Amino acid sequence: MSPALIEELGRIVGPRWVRHRRAELKTYAMDGLPTRESYPGVVVIPASSSEVREVVRLLHLAGAPFVARGAGTGLSGGAVADPETVLIALTRMNRILHVDPVRRRAVVQPGVVNARLSEAVAPLGLHYVPDPSSQAACTVGGNVAENAGGPHCLKYGVTTNHIVQLEVVLPDGSTVELGSPHGEPWGPDLVGLFVGSEGMFGIVTAITVRLEPVPASVRTLLADFPTVRAASEAVSSVIATGIVPAAMEMMDRACVAAVEASIYAAGYPTDAAAVLLVELDGQPDAVEAESETVRAILCERGARSVRSASSAADRARLWQGRKKAFGAMGRIAPDLAVQDAVVPRSALPDIMDRIAEIRDRHGLSISNVFHAGDGNLHPNISFDRGDPDLVHRVHVACHEIMAVCVAAGGSITGEHGVGSDKLDYMPWIFSPETLAAMRAVRRVFDPAERANPGKVVPVHACREWRAARGAQ
Amino acid sequence: MSDVVHGRLRALLGSAGVERDQAGLPRAIPDSADALSLVCRLAHEEGWKIRVEGHGTWLPADAPADLAVSTRALDQVVSVSPADLVATVQAGTPLEALRRRLADEGMWLALDPPGRPERSLGSVIATATSGPLRHGFGPVRDHVLGCTVATGDGRLVTTGGRVVKNVAGYDLTKLQVGGFGGFGIVAEAHIRLRALPRADITLIARGPRDALTLAARDVASAELVPAALELLSPALAAEADWVLAVRFLGTDAAVQGDVRRLAPVGNLAWQPLPADRTAAFWGLVARGSQGGPITLRLGVLGDGVDDTIDLLAHDLDEGLLSAGPGAGMIRWTGDATVERLRAVRRAAAAREIPMTLERAPWAVRRALGHFGAYREGVGQLVGRLRDTFDPGQCLQVALEAAAE
Repeated sequence: MSPALIEELGRIVGPRWVRHRRAELKTYAMDGLPTRESYPGVVVIPASSSEVREVVRLLHLAGAPFVARGAGTGLSGGAVADPETVLIALTRMNRILHVDPVRRRAVVQPGVVNARLSEAVAPLGLHYVPDPSSQAACTVGGNVAENAGGPHCLKYGVTTNHIVQLEVVLPDGSTVELGSPHGEPWGPDLVGLFVGSEGMFGIVTAITVRLEPVPASVRTLLADFPTVRAASEAVSSVIATGIVPAAMEMMDRACVAAVEASIYAAGYPTDAAAVLLVELDGQPDAVEAESETVRAILCERGARSVRSASSAADRARLWQGRKKAFGAMGRIAPDLAVQDAVVPRSALPDIMDRIAEIRDRHGLSISNVFHAGDGNLHPNISFDRGDPDLVHRVHVACHEIMAVCVAAGGSITGEHGVGSDKLDYMPWIFSPETLAAMRAVRRVFDPAERANPGKVVPVHACREWRAARGAQ
Repeated sequence: MSDVVHGRLRALLGSAGVERDQAGLPRAIPDSADALSLVCRLAHEEGWKIRVEGHGTWLPADAPADLAVSTRALDQVVSVSPADLVATVQAGTPLEALRRRLADEGMWLALDPPGRPERSLGSVIATATSGPLRHGFGPVRDHVLGCTVATGDGRLVTTGGRVVKNVAGYDLTKLQVGGFGGFGIVAEAHIRLRALPRADITLIARGPRDALTLAARDVASAELVPAALELLSPALAAEADWVLAVRFLGTDAAVQGDVRRLAPVGNLAWQPLPADRTAAFWGLVARGSQGGPITLRLGVLGDGVDDTIDLLAHDLDEGLLSAGPGAGMIRWTGDATVERLRAVRRAAAAREIPMTLERAPWAVRRALGHFGAYREGVGQLVGRLRDTFDPGQCLQVALEAAAE
């Protein structure tokens, strides 16, 4: 990275907020994806919208590529930059700018940590609904970039359903305001287009979110099943009643074992093939009645036992086991490949069988913890990066699992994004024409393709690229 | 010219795939996404302007063009998967036919858009016209999981997918929902379904408008989960006074509980509608939005509803008006001059309220644009997006206002 550029960046944000020594850059060399490591050329940490604007403007004039980064908890390599690239960390922009309890809106900076927002508005009886497992660390800005999900998205929708307005610094350094606080866009739905664009359309510097009332009553049920198939079928049966639980999460035996052996032990039965965590919320009378219906279905579908969280503390413990499952798996092996795929809900039982078969064939350790109600799978493969043969088998198994999910009519990612990790899978679900259209849309916002270069759209698979090669 | 277009379309689609409208304009009636894309490609190559039509019940079929393209032969419900709560439906499918088909499977699409029951799904998607159920189930965008789109130059682009949670690639579906066809023609959509609710109860209260808007805010902030919370003008409700209607959908226990809790809210005489009148009541609200040639929507949350209705009443008339104070939208239907409408849009913009023209004769659409002017910098983005999806500017859609 050129010393002149580093100096210019320092002039904008102050020299102490520019990092370029190798030891300093190590923090930023990876995100939550264990298989990709790359040191950025320089890291700049702006404190305000205007500093972001100035930095981006400078990079525009210099023709330098950049990657925006929140807390670096992403699981698809989306926040990793190469040595030619400037990494813009937004963690200092962590202020909640405004809360309007009457309209149920909050305006936040991109670096606000997801869980902190809900904590801040809790005294008003409100919360911010999307709750990724990493919510204690991940930022709302990163959630916007990835269109993050979470367990409670089953009933309440993912990030895109909760964002109404964005202040965006485009890659040329200009600022646009997209959307409106009401939720009705000014013109086409550019907020909807922007959310989930993985940092390739620009950088959000202010985000207006919807807040929702904290439900009056919550009931959390824990059911354990003798087979994964029975648990999967129970999920479909509950969905078919028309009851929409706030969350419906499944963990298989391997996952339960990892959790119960860790400090996050939640009291899950370790001899169960699968446990299902079902949460219902709403008014007390409705929650009461719906819980009874759900309990009956779970039993009918073969649950060995169904227990209800006895207190708020008990409920928190049950959820902690689920949300910290990924951390708990850290005890099993040094590395964890957290996969993310979606299948139609009716395909769940068969897909779980197929994943078990792939696991056995490659001799791998896979634990499953996932958003069963949405059909959003997370098969997690424990491994050790130091073992090349094992790494190869993990890679092949990931490929096979993804192929099975796509063949069932599913998608290659439900909430983690494409990033660099899933570029190769994009042509499996999108035609060259569609990929070319995505690239063209990206170029509307970023004609020089300098924002988070090389992610999401595999350029080699786009129609115009193939046509150009054909012409040669 | 018209004969040339007609002949080329017939060569492409066969004689069953082309007709002439009342004014003699050639109208292509493709029955597959591929055929639709061929028509667009031909128009693009020849530089012909396309007017997009569904069943002709919402936007008037009056945009000047070299040919019309109707989606009415794209009328198949391709698949319904009750276990997945997903259906794949061609864009020309009439809503009423879709409703019946889904009901056979115990399912429904939680949208109650304005207009007639035979309105096409594609029309609802393209115009993002949600109805009172927006309060409980979200706007149209929340119901569309993905779609197949023919671009103005005849490429077929697929967006999203058939699963309920999906972040693979950019969310191009959002551009199609409410894009008024300016970014392509939707051929087919994957939609999110729900199991038919067991209980469906609507309660109404009558009174002066200001009392009802206050009450509506109480309902919105009470611990109730209405599917719809809609304020209706006397003309729209066909009543002597303003009406506030609250609809609860769901399990018996949830609905009964909410009905009980509603009773003391707002100090109003809540009157339940007889079960056999519920559908007719909401049908009237939907059809009422066609009681004049022009329909527009404004984005307003509860605390701004009264002022905004005042603005509409002052500059236009109270007319056929409905407001969802919780969902943040007001819809007005009536007749007005371009100058009047322009004044309303200007006044609304000054209050940071977006106004979208949902339906109007071409002269009004062209003069005002569906969206009018954009915020700074947004117009360039929209223009470039249109170039991307319709490089030859074949799609005759007036998103922006014509120069005054």
